[in-house]
Amino acid sequence: MGQLLEQVVNGLQLGFVYALIAVGYTMVYGIIKLINFAHGDVIMVGAFVTFFGLVRGIPWPVAILAAMVACAVLGVIIERLAYRPLREKGAPRIAALITAIGVSLFLENFASLHIAFGPDHRQFPEVIPHIQWKLAGVTVTSIQVLIIVSTLLLVAILQLVVYRTKIGKAMRAVSLDMDAARLMGINVNQVIAFTFAVGSALAAAAGALLAAAYPQIWPYMGIMPGLKAFTAAVLGGIGSIPGALLGAVLMGQAEVLTAAYLTTDFKDAVAFALLILVLLVRPAGLLGKAGPEKV
Amino acid sequence: MALLECRNVSRHFGGLRALVDFDLTLEKGELVGLIGPNGAGKTTVFNVITGVFPPTHGDVVLEGRVLNAYKPYQITQMGIARTFQNIRLFKEMTVLENVMAVMHPRCGYGLLDAFLRTPRFVRQERAMQEEAEGLLERMNLADRRNEKAGSLPYGAQRRLEIARALATRPKLLLLDEPAAGMNPSEVGQLVELIRSVKQDFDLTVLLIEHQMGLVMNLCERLVVLDFGQIIATGTPAEIQRNPRVLEAYLGKAVGA
Amino acid sequence: MEPVEKKYTVTVPEKKFTVTIPRNAVISALVIVGLYVVLSLLRQQGVITPYWGLIMDLALITTISATGLSLIYGFAGQFSLGHAAFYGIGAYVAAFITKTYGATTVNFALGLAAGALAAAVIGFLVGLPILRLRSDYLGIATLGFGVIVKVLLDNSDKLSKTLGGSMGMLGIPRLTTFAWVFWLAVAVLLIARNLVNSSHGRVCITVREDEIAADIMGIDTTRYKMLAFTLGCGMAGLGGGLYAHLYTFLHPSSFEFLKSFDVLLIVVLGGLGSLTGTVVAGIGVVFLQEALRGVLGQQFLEWRGVVYALALIVLMILRPQGLMGGWEFSIDRLLQRRPKGGSARGAA
Repeated sequence: MGQLLEQVVNGLQLGFVYALIAVGYTMVYGIIKLINFAHGDVIMVGAFVTFFGLVRGIPWPVAILAAMVACAVLGVIIERLAYRPLREKGAPRIAALITAIGVSLFLENFASLHIAFGPDHRQFPEVIPHIQWKLAGVTVTSIQVLIIVSTLLLVAILQLVVYRTKIGKAMRAVSLDMDAARLMGINVNQVIAFTFAVGSALAAAAGALLAAAYPQIWPYMGIMPGLKAFTAAVLGGIGSIPGALLGAVLMGQAEVLTAAYLTTDFKDAVAFALLILVLLVRPAGLLGKAGPEKV
Repeated sequence: MALLECRNVSRHFGGLRALVDFDLTLEKGELVGLIGPNGAGKTTVFNVITGVFPPTHGDVVLEGRVLNAYKPYQITQMGIARTFQNIRLFKEMTVLENVMAVMHPRCGYGLLDAFLRTPRFVRQERAMQEEAEGLLERMNLADRRNEKAGSLPYGAQRRLEIARALATRPKLLLLDEPAAGMNPSEVGQLVELIRSVKQDFDLTVLLIEHQMGLVMNLCERLVVLDFGQIIATGTPAEIQRNPRVLEAYLGKAVGA
Repeated sequence: MEPVEKKYTVTVPEKKFTVTIPRNAVISALVIVGLYVVLSLLRQQGVITPYWGLIMDLALITTISATGLSLIYGFAGQFSLGHAAFYGIGAYVAAFITKTYGATTVNFALGLAAGALAAAVIGFLVGLPILRLRSDYLGIATLGFGVIVKVLLDNSDKLSKTLGGSMGMLGIPRLTTFAWVFWLAVAVLLIARNLVNSSHGRVCITVREDEIAADIMGIDTTRYKMLAFTLGCGMAGLGGGLYAHLYTFLHPSSFEFLKSFDVLLIVVLGGLGSLTGTVVAGIGVVFLQEALRGVLGQQFLEWRGVVYALALIVLMILRPQGLMGGWEFSIDRLLQRRPKGGSARGAA
């Protein structure tokens, strides 16, 4: 039983990191109906920026914050250069999706260049003091606590922004009906840029926390977590922030428990089998609502 | 036997009751108009008849056969064709291809013929092309046959939608606002077109339209819908005088 | 009253049909045979070095696989990001057969057929539930399928030692020759072209253009989506089988989902709805890559990915219709003989 609880806690560690990523995916999808493939790679950039900060002796909270700001800017730039032109042209959804794939590939490959981060795996420095507590017979590490607390904090702040601020209201309006929002005087471009900024900042935090928990970073590190987080967002109901959280926690559990009790080899396959199942059986996700197409 | 019957058809979308107790009988050869204010449920009637949504209650019956469980493409192959309120042509295909594409169920050859380019393939392709070109002639689109459907002017697109619907050799033709966006002279031409096409192709026609000129001129009988329910049926003359209809369109008179 | 003249009915003449082989077909055939003869000679004489011969073979194999995706996505509009998985399935099945049953020509043919068939059948089974999904979800689902296949390939040694698992499969007999690759490429393109220029092909395109409208206009969209998808996956499988017997070594990492993006780039670059574009892009990308490798050397390998990615982005923003934009090379048009009624089947 103790073993199971340990795994559950490990699953929570993973799940909450996925949650930070999933929330960013779901926000962007909710607002412009785009699966931002590049999101996973923003995680990677966040991890690397934090790394470079830590290596220079900057205290870790500052390093993570710096990474969040840097990635917020990156997210805005990506949106402005790659996605907005297509949106303004009225290009079909698929065009934006392919562009997103392009941006993702670009980030990965550029980061691999020797003039950038380089292709090798790097060891993330251990800056979080390693403390363990025993809680109800289960070992809980300081990193796990950090992850859970930071995620809850960040998501809580996000909920506040979305539901208690003017820009949050604008975000909700744009995600419901972009044209109507525009007609109501909302600066849609600004709102979208803001959404990207926030989502990317969260991804950066996720990257830093991921690196703290699984201390290897490399240019392709963001792909799998990104895809799995997207699965989580779909599972919970794409466009719904609480859904993303729920989905991510479930994904984390599924992955860790599969690895522990079945086999590590197939854990990735299980994650995607789950995705396909959800898409086929309940595409709206657990907390989402389906919408019929107008004929 | 009537060609089409809607028996007590209702269609709900969650809490929204788009159609309530909709009854309609179409005899072969009739030209009936379906009118009502925006949002009354007229396109929903078309969607239910063509199988896009099954009725929540009630039955749609074509020549005695209940259509409820069939898929849209099956219902079309049974003889019901339609045009769309927001034109839905195959934009990147040419005018000719748009018409030929929907003739596929009776193309007369199989995949193997296509791969091997058998004589049957050549023969049937030619026959289909001739038939399609005949339709385009009829609809005054023959000289545009190689243009992309998406680049056509609006009126031509509407005519192409009708040509495409006719290419499925329907018994029943549903026209969804065919005159939308047309000026009076175009509407006049359209009235003539619909009339002659109906006669030549031996069709029954159900028409949704807002342009009263067309409706009054063309339709033998009208059905008026408001909030998903039939509020009046009758000849154009009768409907014009019906107070409930006037109220539905214009609102309650002040002081009434 | 006069009888109603049914203007739209055309009766098909009942006369006997003599089979005439159109002049253009003969010309095309001669050109293709001529091309084959010339290239073979050049290779034999060493004018085309073995190295470049290998590249040429790879280019044709890539084109075979890309033609499959062109049918699936360019013509039928199904956004599949799992194409590399079917390539891999074909490769492993074909290689398994020649390694297990001996390296004969017959086994090679059987292996290729089995690989293509396996890919097609699995494509069919996967397609049945998955093609219901709308484009962005379909992309993710097929991507997921690709990941699952890679994981299975990594663990394939649990099924049979021959398959090699994550160590890879070595010692596959080198049975792929220029002749095999060339004539199979011609066959695949012929099949694709004949499909596209037929009623069945037109219907596939309507599915891409407006699936709901197609459904309402009497077309069994599911059936034709499945047709394009199954056929396309089979072509990928065929390409994989040829690839296995060219490189003689297979590793699961060659078939991971990132490789699906390579094929996607080719199809998008060539232009959706243009087989000509797919061929040009397929051959072009492979040769260009080698040329750049020669010029830039080691540096190139690093930058290849960056260039690819930028190409994709710029393409989608500036010229989403790709190089050919739905334009198709037609020998009829070239020889000015009875121009076919418009071949505008591109997608923006």
